[in-house]
Amino acid sequence: MSSEVAANPPTTRRKSKSAHDAEAKVLAEHFAAAKKTYGRGAPVRTKSVKDKKLRANLRSLEDKYKEATLQAKNAEILLDHTPGLLEPEHELERTYRVRQDEIKNSVAIETAKKGFELKLTDMGPYTLDYTRNGRDLLLAGRKGHVAVMDWREGKLGCELQLGETVRDAKWLHNNQSFAVAQKKSVYIYARDGVEIHNLKKHIEPTFLEFLPYHFLLASLSTTGVLRYTDTSTGQMLTELPTRLGPPTALCQNRSNAILHVGHQNGTVTLWSPNTSTPLVKLLPHHGPVRSIAVDRSGRYMVSTGQDKRMSIWDIRTFKEVHTHHLRQPGSSVHISDTNLTAVGWGTSVSVFDSKLFTHNRSDIKVPAPYMQWGGEGQTISKLRFCGYEDVLGIGHSAGFSSILVPGAGEPNPDALESGTNPFETSKQRRETEIHSLLEKLQPDMISLDPNFIGNLDLTSDAQRRKERDLDYKEEDKVEKLKKRGRGRNSALRRHLRKSGQKNVIDEEKVRAREALRAMDKREVEKVKKLKSQYGPALERFARKGF
Amino acid sequence: MKIKALSRSAASVQAPGSNVARLERNLNPEMHPFERAREYTRALNATKLERMFSSPFLADFQPGHVDGVYSFAKDPESLEHFASGSGDGVVKVWDLGTRQEIFQSQAHENIVKGMCWTRDRKLITCGTDRTIKLFDPYNTPSKSPPTATWLGQTAFTSVSHHRSLPSFAAAGANISIYDVSRASSTPVQSLAWPTTVETINAVAFNQTETSILASAATDRAVILYDLRTNSPLHRNVLTFASNAIAWNPMEAFNFAVANEDHNAYIFDMRNMKRALNVLKGHVAAVMSVEFSPTGEELITGSYDRSIRLWDRAKGHSRDIYHTKRMQRVFSVAWTPDNNYVLSGSDDGNIRLWRAKASSRQGVKSFAQRQKLEYDEALKERYKHMPEVRRIARHRHIPKQVKKAGEIKAEELKSIKRREENERRHTKKGEVRRKAEREKMVLAREQ
Repeated sequence: MSSEVAANPPTTRRKSKSAHDAEAKVLAEHFAAAKKTYGRGAPVRTKSVKDKKLRANLRSLEDKYKEATLQAKNAEILLDHTPGLLEPEHELERTYRVRQDEIKNSVAIETAKKGFELKLTDMGPYTLDYTRNGRDLLLAGRKGHVAVMDWREGKLGCELQLGETVRDAKWLHNNQSFAVAQKKSVYIYARDGVEIHNLKKHIEPTFLEFLPYHFLLASLSTTGVLRYTDTSTGQMLTELPTRLGPPTALCQNRSNAILHVGHQNGTVTLWSPNTSTPLVKLLPHHGPVRSIAVDRSGRYMVSTGQDKRMSIWDIRTFKEVHTHHLRQPGSSVHISDTNLTAVGWGTSVSVFDSKLFTHNRSDIKVPAPYMQWGGEGQTISKLRFCGYEDVLGIGHSAGFSSILVPGAGEPNPDALESGTNPFETSKQRRETEIHSLLEKLQPDMISLDPNFIGNLDLTSDAQRRKERDLDYKEEDKVEKLKKRGRGRNSALRRHLRKSGQKNVIDEEKVRAREALRAMDKREVEKVKKLKSQYGPALERFARKGF
Repeated sequence: MKIKALSRSAASVQAPGSNVARLERNLNPEMHPFERAREYTRALNATKLERMFSSPFLADFQPGHVDGVYSFAKDPESLEHFASGSGDGVVKVWDLGTRQEIFQSQAHENIVKGMCWTRDRKLITCGTDRTIKLFDPYNTPSKSPPTATWLGQTAFTSVSHHRSLPSFAAAGANISIYDVSRASSTPVQSLAWPTTVETINAVAFNQTETSILASAATDRAVILYDLRTNSPLHRNVLTFASNAIAWNPMEAFNFAVANEDHNAYIFDMRNMKRALNVLKGHVAAVMSVEFSPTGEELITGSYDRSIRLWDRAKGHSRDIYHTKRMQRVFSVAWTPDNNYVLSGSDDGNIRLWRAKASSRQGVKSFAQRQKLEYDEALKERYKHMPEVRRIARHRHIPKQVKKAGEIKAEELKSIKRREENERRHTKKGEVRRKAEREKMVLAREQ
C-alpha cells in the first residue's frame, strides 16, 4: 500500500514535467519561426554587460523586441489571402506544360480577364512599367508611342505619340506622373499626358530607375554617366561617370536603393549616389550583360548576358550561386515578390521558381522552369511582374501581353505602406504622398547596409583621421630644424638651448642632440678638408659655417 | 493540375454600400524596407515639430502686484487656487482657471516673506514687520482684516504648515511652532540648533513624514528637526547659504535646496554626506525651488531672470524659460495638475507657463494621442543621434545669461586648473579630488 502511494506521485510528476517540456519545445519552435521572418538580428548579450542600469535597460529592450517579434508572428492569422499555385497532381504532369488558356479556364472570370494581349505592331518593341501597387501600366514603344492605363479597368490615362526614340519609361512615386527617357533627355509627364518637366541635364538616357523612398530618379546615359535627380525638389544630385563604356543594363535593389549597372565587358557595378567609384564590381558574364534583376529582400541578383548564360549571385556575400545556359541570350529578367524569376530569351519567356536561388552548383545543369510562354515570333524586350497580382507583363516586338503566372504575386499587401495599396483611393493617395514626402530619406542614407543608421561607429578616431588623409605624416621638428642652414648659430643649437629644462630628456631632444653632434662633426671635417685644400699658407682662412 | 490564382475583388476590401475601406496589414519586414532610416527620419521630424510647437509662455495674472512677487503658496486642498505675496505687503489669492484675483489684502507693512495654507483653507502670511497673520480668503471679502495675528520678536522669513495638526512653523531668528487654534502670541514650541544663532531663510514641513522639518539658515546650514523629540536631527553646512527648501512629494525622504552658489541640490535626509544630485545650469543664485506633484521633476527660479525645469535624476536642465521683461525670479510653483508652472518675479508679474513647452492641453483624438506617443517613443529611441540631439537641445537664451555662462565656465576652468596644479606639486595622495556631489558639504553635525 505504502509502496503504491510512494510510486504514484513520481509518475504523475514525470508526466506533467514531460508535458511541460513539450509545451516549452513548441513555444521555442514558434519563437524560432517568428524570429526567422520578423527578427531584427542577433540579440544583445546582456549577461556580459557590467553596468547594472544599462543591463536592466537592455534586458527590458530585448524583452520588448521578443514580444514584438512574437506578436508580429501571431498577427499572421489576420492575413486574408493565400498565394496562387500551380501544382502537378501526379508525377507525369509538368507545370511548364500548362498553357495560358488552361489557366484561364480554371480560374475565376475576373482573374482570367487579367490575361490579355495588346497588338501594337507598328511602334516597335515595347518597354513597360507597373506602378508599385500594380494598378497602372505604362507602355512605351521604341518609336515614340507612350500609353498609360488602369489596366484592370481598361481605362486609358493618356496616349502620346512623341515622334522620337523612347528608350525607357518609369512611373514616379505614384500613378500621377511618369518619366520617359527620350532621344535627347528625360521628360516627365503627368498622368494625362501633359509634359511637366524636361530634365535637360539627363542627356541621352538609355535606362531609368526611380527610388521611391528617396524620391530619386536615376538615368544612365549612352556614354555611361549615372545621373540622380531629386524629383521632390527638382535638384540634380550627382553625376557619376561609370567609365566602363556604354551601359547595357540597369536595375535597383529595392531593399537598399543601390543601383546595379551592367556593362559591355560582363561586369556589374553597384552604385550609390555618395561615392564616385562603384561600391562593388562583379563579373558574372563573359560578354555584355543584357539584363539584371534583384529580388525583393535584396539577397539574390540574377543577370543574363550575351554569352547566353543566366547567372545567380548571392549579393550578401558577392558569390555566384550558380550559372546555367539559356538557348538564346536573355533579353530581360525580373523577379517577383514571391521570388519567381521570369527571363525572356529570344521569343519565349521562362519563369523559374524560388528553388533557383538555392540550387547547388553541381545539382543540375539547367533547372526545369516553372512556366513557359511564347515561341510565337515576338521578340521579348521587357518583362515586369505586376505587384500584388499573379500577372506578368511582357513587352515585345508585337505589342504587349499580360499573362497569368499563378503564385507570382504577394498575396497580402500592406495598405499603410506608402504606394503599395492596390485599392488606394485618391484621398489615400494624396495623404500617402504627403506622408512619404515628409519621410523622404536623404540620399546620404543609401548604403549597402540599409540599417546602418543608429549603429555605433566602431572605427576609432585615429582610424578615421587616417582615412581622411592617407598621405598625412606627422611633422618632424628635428628634420625641419636640420634643414635650416642659415647663420652661424644653428637653429638646432638654439632649439636645444631654448627647449626648457635641461634634465628632461625625451626622444625628440635625443634626436636633436644627435643631429647637432653629427652637424658639428661634419663642420669639423669640412674645416679640415678646407685647410688641406688651402694649403699651409692659407689654412688659417678656413672657417666654420661657410 | 491544381491551379489557383489570386483574385482580388474590390468588395473584399470595401463592402458594397460601405464607405470604409479595410486597411490590410502585412508585417513582413521585406515589405517595409529602410526601416531604420525611415524611423530615424520620423524621429528627426518629431523632434523638429516639438521645437516648432514649443511656446512655453501662456499668460500672466492681471492686475499683477505693484511690487515684486516674493512668495507663493498653493492651496493643498484645491487644484485651482494659490496665493502670492508681494514686496509691498499685499497678498493676493488667484484662481488658476479664470486667472482672476479672488481675494486681496494689505497683510503687512513690509515685504511678505512667506505664506502657507492651513488644512481648513485659511491663509497664513508672515512678513518682515514681525507679524504673522491669518486670513480667510474664501469666506471674507477682499481687504477684510485678518482673523488672527501673531506678534513675534524678530522679522519672520518663512512659514510652513503641518500636514495634519493645526500648527505651523514660522522661521525668524529661530523656528517657532505656533498653534492655529490658540490666539496667544507665544509659540508652543521653539526649535534651534543648540550652538548657533542665525537668521533662518526657509523652513519646510515634510508632508509625508509629518513631524520632520527642514530649515536653511544664513550661516549656510541646512538643519533637520524632529518635532516628536523636540530636537534637531542633523546639520549640514554647505559652501554657500541656501534660499529655499522643497520636499519631494513622492519620495518623502528627499528634498531639494536652492543654493546661492548657482546650483540646486537634492539631498537624501538619511544620508546627508553627499547630495543625490547636483542641478547645474543657472548663472546666478537660485532663489526658489519646487518639485512637481509627481516628484519626477523640479523647477527652479533664479536671480539670473530665468526659470529652469529639471529631471530629478539628470544634472542638466531640460528646459529654460525666460522673457524679455521677466526680472529676478523669487518664487516658482508647479500647479497641482502637473501641467503648468508659475513664476513670480521682481517685476511684479505672476506668469503662467507650460510644464512641457510643446504640449497642448486640448482634447485630442485617439489618432492624435497615438501619434504623440509614437513620436515620444521615436525621440527616445533616436535621442543619441547627433542631429536629433542638436535640435532637441537647442534653446535661445538671453545674451546676458549666455555671456555670464561663458564667463562662469572660464572661471570654473581656471579654478580647476589651479587645483590640478596644486595637486601636481604636492605629495601624491595629499590633496584628493572630491566628488562633485560631496564638494558643497563643508561640515556635518548630528
